Order: sequence, then C-alpha cells, then structure tokens
Amino acid sequence: MNSARLIGIVGTYGVVVALAALVLFGFLRYERFLGFFNVMSVLRYNSMFALVALGMCFVIMTGGIDLSVGSVAALGSVASALASPHGIAAGVAAGVGAGLAAGLINALLVTRANLMPFIATLATMLAASGSALLLAGNQSVSVSYDSGFTAIGQGNFWIFPIPAVIALVAYVVGSVVLNYTSTGRTVLAIGGGEDASRLMGLRTDRIKFLVYVASGCLAGLAGVVLASQFGAGQPIEGVGWELSAIAAVVVGGTLLTGGSGSVMTTLAGVLLLGILFNILNFENGLGWISLSAYWQSVIRGLFLLVVVLLQARLTGRRGSWPATTSGP
Amino acid sequence: MITQPDQAALLLDMRDIQKRFAGIPALAGASLQVLPGEVHALIGQNGGGKSTLIKVLTGYHRRDGGQVLFEQRPFEVGSPHEAQVSGISTIYQEINLVPLRSVTENICLGREKRRRGLLDWSAMHAEAERLLSRFSIRIDVRRPLGDFNTATQQMVAIARAIGFSARLVIMDEPTSSLDEREVSVLFSVVRQLKAEGVSVLFVSHKLDELYEVCDRVTIMRDGHTVRSAAMSDIGKLELVAAMLGRDVAVVDGHATAFGARDRSRIGDVLFTAQGLSAGQSVRNVTFDVRRGEIASFAGLLGAGRTETARLVFGADRLKAGEMTMERASYHPERAADAIAAGMGFCTEDRKAEGIVPEMTVAENITLALLPKISRNGILNEDRQREIVARFIRDLGIKCSGPNQKVRELSGGNQQKVLLARWLAMNPKLLILDEPTRGIDVGAKGEIQRLILKLADDGLGVLMISSEIEEVMEGADRIFVLREGVSVAELEGQAANVEDVLAAMAHGGSPVEAAA
Amino acid sequence: MSDLATPSPANDAGARGFNLFGFLARYGTVIALMLLIAFNLGYTRNFATLQTLNVNLTQVCTIVIVAVGMTLVIATGGIDLSVGSLMAISGALAPMIFMGKIFPVGNTYLAVVVAMVVSIFVAGLLGLFNGWLVSRFRIQPIVATLVLFIAGRGIAQVMTNGNLQTFRVPQFQWIGLARPLGIPAQVIIMAVLVAAAAWALHRTVFGRSILAVGGNEKASELAGIAVARIKLAVYAISGLCAGLAGLVVIAINSSSDANLVGLGMELDAIAAVAVGGTLLSGGKATIIGTLLGALTIQLVRYTLLANGVPDAAALVVKAAIIAFAVWLQQQHRV
Repeated sequence: MNSARLIGIVGTYGVVVALAALVLFGFLRYERFLGFFNVMSVLRYNSMFALVALGMCFVIMTGGIDLSVGSVAALGSVASALASPHGIAAGVAAGVGAGLAAGLINALLVTRANLMPFIATLATMLAASGSALLLAGNQSVSVSYDSGFTAIGQGNFWIFPIPAVIALVAYVVGSVVLNYTSTGRTVLAIGGGEDASRLMGLRTDRIKFLVYVASGCLAGLAGVVLASQFGAGQPIEGVGWELSAIAAVVVGGTLLTGGSGSVMTTLAGVLLLGILFNILNFENGLGWISLSAYWQSVIRGLFLLVVVLLQARLTGRRGSWPATTSGP
Repeated sequence: MITQPDQAALLLDMRDIQKRFAGIPALAGASLQVLPGEVHALIGQNGGGKSTLIKVLTGYHRRDGGQVLFEQRPFEVGSPHEAQVSGISTIYQEINLVPLRSVTENICLGREKRRRGLLDWSAMHAEAERLLSRFSIRIDVRRPLGDFNTATQQMVAIARAIGFSARLVIMDEPTSSLDEREVSVLFSVVRQLKAEGVSVLFVSHKLDELYEVCDRVTIMRDGHTVRSAAMSDIGKLELVAAMLGRDVAVVDGHATAFGARDRSRIGDVLFTAQGLSAGQSVRNVTFDVRRGEIASFAGLLGAGRTETARLVFGADRLKAGEMTMERASYHPERAADAIAAGMGFCTEDRKAEGIVPEMTVAENITLALLPKISRNGILNEDRQREIVARFIRDLGIKCSGPNQKVRELSGGNQQKVLLARWLAMNPKLLILDEPTRGIDVGAKGEIQRLILKLADDGLGVLMISSEIEEVMEGADRIFVLREGVSVAELEGQAANVEDVLAAMAHGGSPVEAAA
Repeated sequence: MSDLATPSPANDAGARGFNLFGFLARYGTVIALMLLIAFNLGYTRNFATLQTLNVNLTQVCTIVIVAVGMTLVIATGGIDLSVGSLMAISGALAPMIFMGKIFPVGNTYLAVVVAMVVSIFVAGLLGLFNGWLVSRFRIQPIVATLVLFIAGRGIAQVMTNGNLQTFRVPQFQWIGLARPLGIPAQVIIMAVLVAAAAWALHRTVFGRSILAVGGNEKASELAGIAVARIKLAVYAISGLCAGLAGLVVIAINSSSDANLVGLGMELDAIAAVAVGGTLLSGGKATIIGTLLGALTIQLVRYTLLANGVPDAAALVVKAAIIAFAVWLQQQHRV
C-alpha cells in the first residue's frame, strides 16, 4: 500500500473515524451525551442540513456547485407554510415545488445558457431569497397547527424523529442511485472528465440538468422540514447554508473538483459538523471551561482546511483520492 | 504511387476526402485503405492532415467531399460515440477516459450490466477482468484508473474499445509516453488484436516501431495521401523523404527566404549543453550554439526537440546534464532565470503558451520587458510606446495600432509579436520553436529573413523546425535528434539532405545505415 | 491531434463591422447606468439632489472597496469568498484595541491609529493565507477561501464572544461619519482606492502582471513573471480591502456586531465585478467597470424602492441583471 493510497483511505473514511472518535469522546465525557433525548434532538435538528448537503453532494460530484440551496430552502419553508392549512400533502408539495422551480432555473442556466454554475446559482440564490421575502411579506409565516403539517418536523415515526427518517430515506435512495444506476455513475464520470464522458457517449447535459433539479427539490424539502419543525416559514433563514453544505460534502471526502465522492460519508460529514456544536454545548454545561458556541465555525473551518490540504496533496500527483470507487 | 489492394477485401475505404477550415483546405484528396486484420501505419508531418483525416472518419468533423466505406457500406457518423458503436474506436494520446473512476466503470460505462434494474457490479467486474485478461493483464479492476501507469490505462482504453466490439481500433501515438517494456506489452496486444481479425490504424512517428508492428503504411503530406505501401516494400529513408516531401535524389533550389551566409560572422561559443536528460522524451542531448550562429534541431515529431528547448529555458526541470551560458555554469530553476541569463524563447504553441489573447499588441510585446521599462514598479509609458512603435515598424507587424487586441491578429503577426517580445529584451540566445508554423507564405519569408538578420547582428539562434527546407537552408549547424538522443551534428547549408534524413531515420550516419 | 486549424469566428469579431454583443458587453453597464439615471430624473421625485447622491454613494461604498480587491483577484482567474468574514474580523478587532480591551490605551489618537493599522494588517495577513493556499497547494480559489469564509466569522465571534461592541469615538468614526467639503469620508476613501487601483492595474508592472497571469498563466511564467508572488499579492490586497471596509462599516454603525458585519458581502462584491464587465475567468478587468457595476446594482435597487417596489423584488431583479450580464459577456467571447 503506497502513501497515496493511504491518504486516499484516510480521506474517504477519515470522517467516519473522526465521527466515531467524537461520539466516543462525548460518551465518555458527558453523562447525557448518548442519552435518548440528546441523540434524537441532534438528529432532528441536523436533518435539514443533511437534505441540503445530499443535493449539494451530487452537484459537486459533477464538478459543479449550487450556491442557491440556502435561500431555496428559505423559499421552500415559506411556500410550505403558506400551503400548510391545506394539509400535509399541500405543504410538502408547495415546498418541494418551489425547490423544483429554482432547480429548473439553475439547470437551464447551466446546461442551456452555459453559465458557470457559480454564477448561475448565485443569481438563483438572490432570486429565491427575494421571492421568499415577497411571498412572506418580509416576515415569518406561521404554519397551520390544525392540519397536522407540523408532524413532519416535530413528530416521531415510532421513536425516531420524522425529519431524520426522511433524511435517512433520502440518503439511502441517493446512495443506491449513485452506486447502482448508470445515472449515478455518469454523475461521477462527468465530474472526472466532462469531455471524456461526452466522447464515451454519455449524456452529460441531461445528467447535469438532473442534479441541479434534484438539488433544488432537496433544498425545498429541507425548507418544508424547517417550516414544520419551527412552526414558521422563515424567509431570512438559510443564509450560509450553502457553504456549510459544501463544507460537509468536502469533509465527507467528496472531491470539490468532482469525479469522486460518496453519499454516506457526506452524511457523516453533516453529523460531524453538527455534533461539534452539540459537544461545545455540553462542554459549557460542565462549567469547567467556557467555550463559546462560536468555536464551532472555527473548528469547522479547520476541518475543512485539513481535508482540503489532504486532497491537494493527492490530486497534485498521480494517485487516487478515493480508496475504492465502485460499489461492493 | 498508391497501391490498391483488392477492393472487395477492404475493411475501410476512404477516397478523395476533402475538408476545409474557413476556406483553407486541410484535406485535399486524402485516401486511406485498411484491410481486415492488418496493422496499418498512418504517418505525416504536423499539418499533413492525418489528425483531420481521423477526425473526419470518427465523425468529429463533417467532411466536405469524398467517400467513406466501412465493411463495404457507406459510413456516416455524427460523433466519435456513434463511430464507436459502429465499430471504429479511437484511443487518443491523452487517454480519453476518466482517471478518477474505476477500471470497471471506464470499460463498462455506456453499456452497463443490470440485474433487476440496478447495476450488477459483480457481472461488470467480471466483464472487465475478462476483457483485460485477453491481454494477460490482471489488475484490481475496482481501483481507480488513475492508479495505474499509462500503458495499463491504454490497455483499459483498448479493452473498452473491444468491449464495444470494434473492428477497427485507431491508436493515436500510443507509445509516446511508454517505456520500452510497456511498448512491448502494447505491441503484443496489437498483434493479438490482429490475430483476432481486428484492424489497427497506428499513428506514430517512431519509425522503428512502425517496422516492428505494422504491415502497411499510408503517408500523408499537405492534406493528401502521397504514398501507400507495404512496410516491407519501403525503406526508412524513402519513408522520411516521402513524409517531408523531399525526393532523395533531387536537391532543388531555395525553398525558403534563407540565403547564403557570411560564416565569418559566427563568433565564439555562447551556450553549451552536455548530456541533457529528463525522463523518456529527452535522454541524452548534447549541443552548443555560437554567437551569430543559427543552430538547428532536426528530427521527427517526438524526437525531443521542444522538450530539450524547454529544459534549456528552465520551463521544465532537468534530471541530468550540464549547461553553460557564456562560459559560466548555468542551472535554470524557472524561466525567469533563463531570461536573466539572456535567453528568449518563442514557444511552439503560440495560443497556449505564447500570447496573452485579451491583451493588446503593446502589452504582449512588453510582457517580459516590464521590469526594464519601469521605475519603482511604475511603467514608463513613453518608453513602452517608443519600443513598441519601433518593433511594430521593424518587424512589420500588421495591426490597427499598438492597442489592438492580439487575438485579433493573424498567426504570422502574432508570431512577430512574440519575436518582438524577446527581441525587446536584447537577448544573447534566442530559442525559436517552429517559428513559421501556421503562418502564411509571405509572413514566413519575412520571419526567415528576420532570423537571418538577427544572427548577422550577433545573436545566437537555436531554431527548431519540422520543415526540412528551413533547417537545410537556414541553419549553420544541424543537430539531429532521434528519440531523445542527439545522434548527429552536421554543417548546415553544406550538408546533404540525405545525410540529415538518414540521421533522422536511422540514427547513425548514412554510411553506417547502408552497411 | 492538436494541429487543427479550427475556425474561430470571434477572432475578427472586434475587427470589422458592428457587433451587437461586443458593443453591449463593452458599454452595457454605462448604458444601463445612464438609462437608470434618465429614468429617475423623469420619474423619481427629488432624484437630482445632493442628498440622493450621497445616500447612494454611502450605501455603495463598502461594496466598492471590497469589490476593488475582488476585481484584482478575479483578474488573476481566482475568487475570494472570505471577504465578508475578514470584514467581521477587522471590525471586531479595531474596537477591542481602541477601547483598550487588549492593552491599556493612553492616547486615543494613537490607539485609533494602532487599531486601524493592526486590524487592516491582520485582514491582509489572512488574505495572504488565502493566497498561500491557492499558489502553494494549487487549491481551487473557491475552496481555499471557503476555509476562512467559515472559520473567519467564527474567529470574529470568538474574539467578541458574539457580543455587540458599541462605541462613540469620533477620532475613529470619521472614516464613516465625517464630511469634509460635504462629501462623506468613506466616499473619498472609495474614490481614492478606485483611482489608485485603476491606475495600478494599467500603469504598473504589478497590474500588468495580474492581467497577464489571468490571461495566460503559462505564457506569463515563460515571460519570467513570478506567478505565485502575484497571486499571493492579490489575495493579500483583497484581505486589506476587506479589512478597510470592515472598519468603515463599524464606524458608520457606531457598533460592531461580528455576526453581521460583512454578511453576504462576497456575493455583492462578485456581483459588482461581474456586472462591471470583468471577465470571471480572468485576464480582463476594469476597476472603473466594477465601480459602475456596483453603482448600477445600487441604483436599480434605489429606483425600485423609490418607486414603491419592495426590496425583495429588487433582489430578483438583481439576480436577473447578474445572470444577463455574464451571459452577455459569454456571447461576446464564444
């Protein structure tokens, strides 16, 4: 095993090991860290970010980027809050529909107008944010508590928070699509070399179109969860979500240049960044030292730096980032 | 002189192919006939049209005229992918696969195996292993393609082609980045393809290889096919001569604007290089340049001429060898060091490494000169104007003015801008890599006269050219490079074209080769 | 297989005849700005007043200051996402110094000078760090600067523990509040910076090198330009500009909130640069264009607001302008 391969393995599974270490640390240090309540609330809260990061993961694997996810989630939350009096289905449909619309705009700008993904999704980000504020009339929109809409964010499926279940299902589906369908493999091939993929006869534009649409829909769904969980559609929420999602994806071992990545380690990336925050809370609760919650951004940044430097070391020479590239 | 094999037996029959780009003919009556189960060499100089011919065949370009029959049926495809599905696969020099993805994916993408709607990985891995094992290659197909060396990657590309049941595999300079052992593996694969009835169109500039592996050869020059023959019927010397358009027997009058030189103007030694090497492309190159002399590298494509020039200029890192500049030891780490030592380098690839397209003529001319026309980092506009005006006038650069964008100029004028960039530096040694490539005839002559004048003024010039006339008539001394080794040093002008061609073809002197 | 004489119609696009896309890509921003002004003169009440001018200029100032650094970074083919966070850091650091939270202050003037210099310098150092990641490790600029985008605001929040710092220090706040000759001080700072950068971009070796690196990195390297140093420098300058903008913002507000200072600034600055006509792929940049781009975006917003269109709708319009401006540039270049 050469060193490049070793770094590749560290890069791919390091996040899982780091997550396990962090959980173990928390378990040994804080009495209620692995308590039912804490675990469930961490999962419930982070599922929105997980949904957004899943879409981002697919976009990044094609070598693109989607800066609009945060404001699309805000738009989705407003749309679903407005539709919530008509029932769960209406709320979900409105939120996901808003995300779908934004995703379609991104997809068209990138594949038809040939705009750089960065700029295309930046424009959509502003437009979605503006639309959210317009729809909501510049304030948060409370959801209907009578229609049962809040169950999506606040309810449980057996003992598990529904948003966490939704996110888990989305990740399982995402993982199957990535690993067991030609669509998924094409996503990775495009990111690894768009021209080569085209020469191989793969339908690159169609797949790129799909990932932006999917990212929009997932962001919309995250918005539905947001509205339902906090009881209100929040037009100004979602600022900076896109970059946290990018960070989670990268920490999860997906190459930012595309071509290599994994859905499940992205989930680990989301949880890792989420648990850092949780641990900071516990640490302060112990009262021995007082670490401000703001350390989490600093630590997130450091994580990102380490991963990015590792990736740069690898892609700088011949060698492989991923330890394995295909399914079982 | 085109021998016609039995038509009915042909696998591929391309006749009288025409292709023009912006009115300029790239192919003018090219033809190519490939038999089933043969290895066919396609050779020609840069601009000879072989790349265009292949791209027309694989549907990358649409032809303007001519006829293509594949397996006796008219062959019309709109993309390389369609060509692949129809049985013609191309393996490009820079392998067109996805290094980050696994070997299996690279072989199977586009025709995945499924079970109950989902990808059947074990079947796909097995398929990949089966295809590779035909070439006695056993690798972990789950690992990313980029983990393996170039030779293996090429095998994977071939396996992909076979997987699409190709009847004709086109290999574009497949050996250019392989070492000897890898080459022999590739050749055994080529022979095996042949044994299985698959034809191979083999594009290469390494003559020895052609003789080793190919059955027949088609030679292209200036967009048309000049000769087609069995390898056994054509000698190396004949091959090179046909490729370069030089009838070995005839030495005609001047084809370039280079005239006779007053050799007394040539001064003492300016630059020496001893045993330069850096990897496969440059293995052992020794040469020197005197003041006021035009020294020239001659050699086929891939002989290591450009690579050597880049080493001299510090653009690439030297592995072994010694250089001196003006009798002082010289070790460039980067281009800036070479510039400081008094060198200039007009690159072969004007677009990618030469001009800055969005900048003006003036800005391009003064790019390397910036430190010299500024004080405390502030540009002296008057000096810039003055220098730029002088070079636009002296070199006859045709532009609407110093503020015209360089990308709007013709190739010849862009080249003059680059020449001006270096001349403005007042260099002692000027390296010119293909100074007249892609330039119309008139501008060509102007640039040749200019080079001559520069040498007369005492500048040492190292000129690389694929045009044999330019080398024969322009150079005072010719260093022949062959597969990364300097194999001969000949007096220019006095030299016999046969000697040069022989050295390019055989590596030794003509006497040795004849023996 | 590279010896292809592919025809490139764009080559003679500028040379002859009238090219609509070329014309619009070049003068579109100016035309848009003039149309906006004409529209406002006709339809918006009290438009032609000094106050309107001052309001618009004051609002656009910090964006322009940051966008100047951003223009230089983008001219080399890079991008800097960290500017907003660097603003937060310098905005958090300066009050801590002049309010004596780090070391006791004797002389207020001295403390203000130290505060300004140190906080701008720190932002510059962090910019240098971005440049180091980009040039030394060849990390894509968007990721390299993402590190400080995330960590930077956290650092500012940790420094202040997330608390609002309020102050009333006229010696410091002149950069946001003073009006020498009736012109807001920050407008003067912006004008000086724009003029200096525009001059440097076209009249100095450094500026020329920036454009060369963005226009053709390989050619620049072969022409002896120290590519890595140029990249380090532009990111450092972008950091310095962000640091300065951070100080202006807190001076105007008389307070510094690490959670809010510079939030979303990276996008405003990039938008101004893109609308101003600088190529996002590098090699062609205009500082004046960036100024005009920022003014256009600002004036669109002002126009819409002054005519009763809600701010949120203005965002949507802004999005359309950005997408259209970049699309237009591409049509010109294809």
